[in-house]
Amino acid sequence: MNDLSTFPSAVPLLAILVSAASVPLIGMSARRPNLREFWTLLAAGAKFALVLSLLPSALADQVAETRLFQISPGVDLTLRADPFGVFFALIASGLWILTSFYSIGYVRGLKEKHQTRYFASFALCLSATLGVAFAANLLTFVIFFEVLTIATYPLVIHKQSPEAIAAGRKYLAFTLTAGVVLVAAMAATLQLTGTLEFQAGGLSAFQDLSPVEVKVLFGMFLAGVGVKAAIMPLHAWLPAAMAAPTPVSALLHAVAVVKSGVFGVVRVAGFLFGPETLGRFGLGEVMLWLGGATILLASCLAFAEDNLKRRLAYSTVGHLSYVVLGAGLLSPSGLIGGLLHIANHATMKIVLFFCAGAIYVHAHKEKINELDGIGRAMPWTMGAFALASLGLAGVPPVNGFVSKWYLGQGAMEAGSLAVVAILLISGLLNAGYFAPIVYRAFFKRSDNFNSIGEASAWMVVPLILAAALSALLGLMPDLFFHFFTLAQRISAQVLEVSIP
Amino acid sequence: MIEANLPLLVPLAFLIPALLIPLIGVRAPGAAYPLALAAVLASIPIAGFGLFRVIESGPVTYTLGGWEAPIGIELVLDPLASFLTLVVTVVSCLVLIHARHVASVEHPDKRVPYYSLVLLLLAGFCGILSTGDLFNLYVFLEISSLAGYGLVAIGDKRSPVSAYRYLILGSVGTGFYLLGIGFIYVMSGSLNMADLARILPHILDQPAVLAGLILMVTGIGLKMALFPLHFWLPDAYSSASSATSALLAPLGTKVGAYILIRVLFFVFDPAAVEQRAPIASAIAWLSAGGVLYGSLMALAQQELKRMLAYSSIAQIGYIGLGLGMANPLGFTGAVLHILNHALMKAALFLVAGNLRVQLGHSNIAAMDHRLSRQMPWSMAAFTVGALSMIGLPPTAGFFSKWYLVLGGIQGSYWVFVAVILMGGLLNAVYFFRVVERVYLPFRRGLPDNGAANGGAEVVESREARFSMLAPTLILAGALLALGLASSFLVNRVIHLMVPAGL
Repeated sequence: MNDLSTFPSAVPLLAILVSAASVPLIGMSARRPNLREFWTLLAAGAKFALVLSLLPSALADQVAETRLFQISPGVDLTLRADPFGVFFALIASGLWILTSFYSIGYVRGLKEKHQTRYFASFALCLSATLGVAFAANLLTFVIFFEVLTIATYPLVIHKQSPEAIAAGRKYLAFTLTAGVVLVAAMAATLQLTGTLEFQAGGLSAFQDLSPVEVKVLFGMFLAGVGVKAAIMPLHAWLPAAMAAPTPVSALLHAVAVVKSGVFGVVRVAGFLFGPETLGRFGLGEVMLWLGGATILLASCLAFAEDNLKRRLAYSTVGHLSYVVLGAGLLSPSGLIGGLLHIANHATMKIVLFFCAGAIYVHAHKEKINELDGIGRAMPWTMGAFALASLGLAGVPPVNGFVSKWYLGQGAMEAGSLAVVAILLISGLLNAGYFAPIVYRAFFKRSDNFNSIGEASAWMVVPLILAAALSALLGLMPDLFFHFFTLAQRISAQVLEVSIP
Repeated sequence: MIEANLPLLVPLAFLIPALLIPLIGVRAPGAAYPLALAAVLASIPIAGFGLFRVIESGPVTYTLGGWEAPIGIELVLDPLASFLTLVVTVVSCLVLIHARHVASVEHPDKRVPYYSLVLLLLAGFCGILSTGDLFNLYVFLEISSLAGYGLVAIGDKRSPVSAYRYLILGSVGTGFYLLGIGFIYVMSGSLNMADLARILPHILDQPAVLAGLILMVTGIGLKMALFPLHFWLPDAYSSASSATSALLAPLGTKVGAYILIRVLFFVFDPAAVEQRAPIASAIAWLSAGGVLYGSLMALAQQELKRMLAYSSIAQIGYIGLGLGMANPLGFTGAVLHILNHALMKAALFLVAGNLRVQLGHSNIAAMDHRLSRQMPWSMAAFTVGALSMIGLPPTAGFFSKWYLVLGGIQGSYWVFVAVILMGGLLNAVYFFRVVERVYLPFRRGLPDNGAANGGAEVVESREARFSMLAPTLILAGALLALGLASSFLVNRVIHLMVPAGL
């Protein structure tokens, strides 16, 4: 890392372990739900506090590092809270708190079975996600990436219906195959370059490799992390995984798991290959093509889904590729936009999933054409839904606008008008598939929802908080979490330009 | 005094009680188990001290009867031998603790011969590991093989037939090996390994020497079930008693792999042999075939122990692949996989034993989701074992495959890299089949009935007793711990074993 200095600290490790440590406690409190949920909330709060304590040093270019022990010749199990890691860890751990409250309302509202398994797996997933965020080298990254794969599986099949089990199989088939490709790519990288360490701006060793080697390796890496990032055609597991309970879809399939995928894309592009290598071999352009095609196709496919969660899933597929696009532009504003979209899409999509879950628990509806008039019964929920969908379409002042604005600027910097066009069309398509839902909810009438009111406070409060956060981050992108400053620093480090 | 005799002590610790048990057992059958357990427990500290001593101050040599090599027989404890001796003693100790109840359920009237044969088998294994003489190795190989035939015969109705097949094919294998030694003895005039390593480079151009090596490798291949010489294994492992298969499956083929390493890398010089006959690459290609064949056959099995037996063929393929690559990383991966597979297979076969004892069968088709509630700990151990077999980090199985993949890439063996990784995915399919069946209420084609939602249904616990559960869980825990400790092992121990020629 160029001008970053590291100092030894156990905080990154503790931040990872705190939720793993809560797993046995959750397991032991199976018969006392209130105590069990207390452990979850305690772990979530402690985790967020630990991550937050890493923020000042990350902003000051001081990086906390936990170097554990060697796990392979020349490779240590190392955790490093660099700005990018802290950026992602903040999002995941912050939204876990909201999701935990929401989960309690959700699973109790539905009287779900296997609640202990649910909360325990959730805690393990968050440990793995933070491990992915703080991994200082590729091997550490892959270890946590695979733990995340396995820890998510019990949540995908949670309902244990044939549909959920089929989704679980599909999920494992995609992610385990990707894991294998990733391991192969990693082994080849270690042999060819002699190191697996992430470094802002990439490893110079890649520039000495032959074009074929670089291209094949990059293809393997992109396939390896691209499954979780749902880059088409590797996205098919995500809509299927909507069989999971809604809080799982909200946090894992909009934030933790899929964002680990795009996080991996940025790590590989910016911290392994580096913009110079990507530019020289035309690989940034490959990312633009893949990302652009995914955005447009996924947005079109979203129209065809009448199931609310599946429509949201296709929307997620599209929005994940905004990040891929941002990384592929190789321009400062483009990367800032892509990074901001990791955070912004997270806060907006989690609102939408929270709403879908509230509707499901409270009104037992999953289909969009059954939602006529629900806005009158659940005004807060559907209001938040409307706000977040505006944001995803890129309407100011919601935070989706900010990331799109920077992406657009980045596209101009890179001189790629096609990307600007894709962003505009995608905004229209987003508006096109979200508007009918909002229209039905508020402007159509039906007698379906006369007898029901708003969902329970456990669910409504988190979703309103997330919606408020989306709006605030749109007005003040640097608010509290300093997402904007972090993104700016990461972009500057990766592209090796001085911060204005 | 102890230090000088170290190579002899572990085989003796098994051999003497093995002979005592039948004598005492006539009067007191109940004494057989404590005696066997005492022997194994005593051997662990000796083996541990041996490994420590060898790592600290180099190999220990013992000459039998004071006759100096190459005339006399020499026992040598080097890093490889002492490490594997420790693995054998520790795994067999855990299996033996587990076996007490299994043996009393599956063959209550044959406990005395069972424990005697087990100790004889282990004496053979440890003898093979510590000998420095090719012919002496043959003797120990026959001791362990004969004990093995006897053990396989103590099993279900089909086991005498399996044992007979195993006897015939095993004897063919040892016969090949003996024939090979004959060729080499005629040409070199020596049977001492260290002596041969000095002589062989000068006479390697003799066709008879190469023919001898090929005969030996063929014989060893049969003993370690190297594809396509594996056909005795599935029957022998699946019809033997659970207590036997849990002992033979993790250790038997590993000792075969050890002989291959000893002959190919320490007696002969692999690079020099490779110039004259492509034996290492032949082993690698056959092993690659074995990985795919074993995994595909495992996929088709309906009986858990048979599935695990075919899985063993695939896993031996991984070891063979690492050896066939003939580079330090591949070698490291192979040795690490010997350790890891011994632990994984032991854990999985112990779970199979738990199932046999508690349910009376280990038929995959008859398992359902109630099992995960009836035997939660056994099934958790099975899941950990399965994750390790698939090779998912941070379990031990990932790291041996990681070294194998690194070795494959170092030597540009792209096909082998693909096979290693593909094998992992096939493992995922056939283990997942079992895990899904055990944890999820789902029958293909049948709708989800009320019982599917689990919760309300009350299932009584049928978990195995503590003496069976504890070894299973220790092995499963070791898989998690060893994954993270693998680098330590490689740097401190396995690093010392890599032959100088690589």
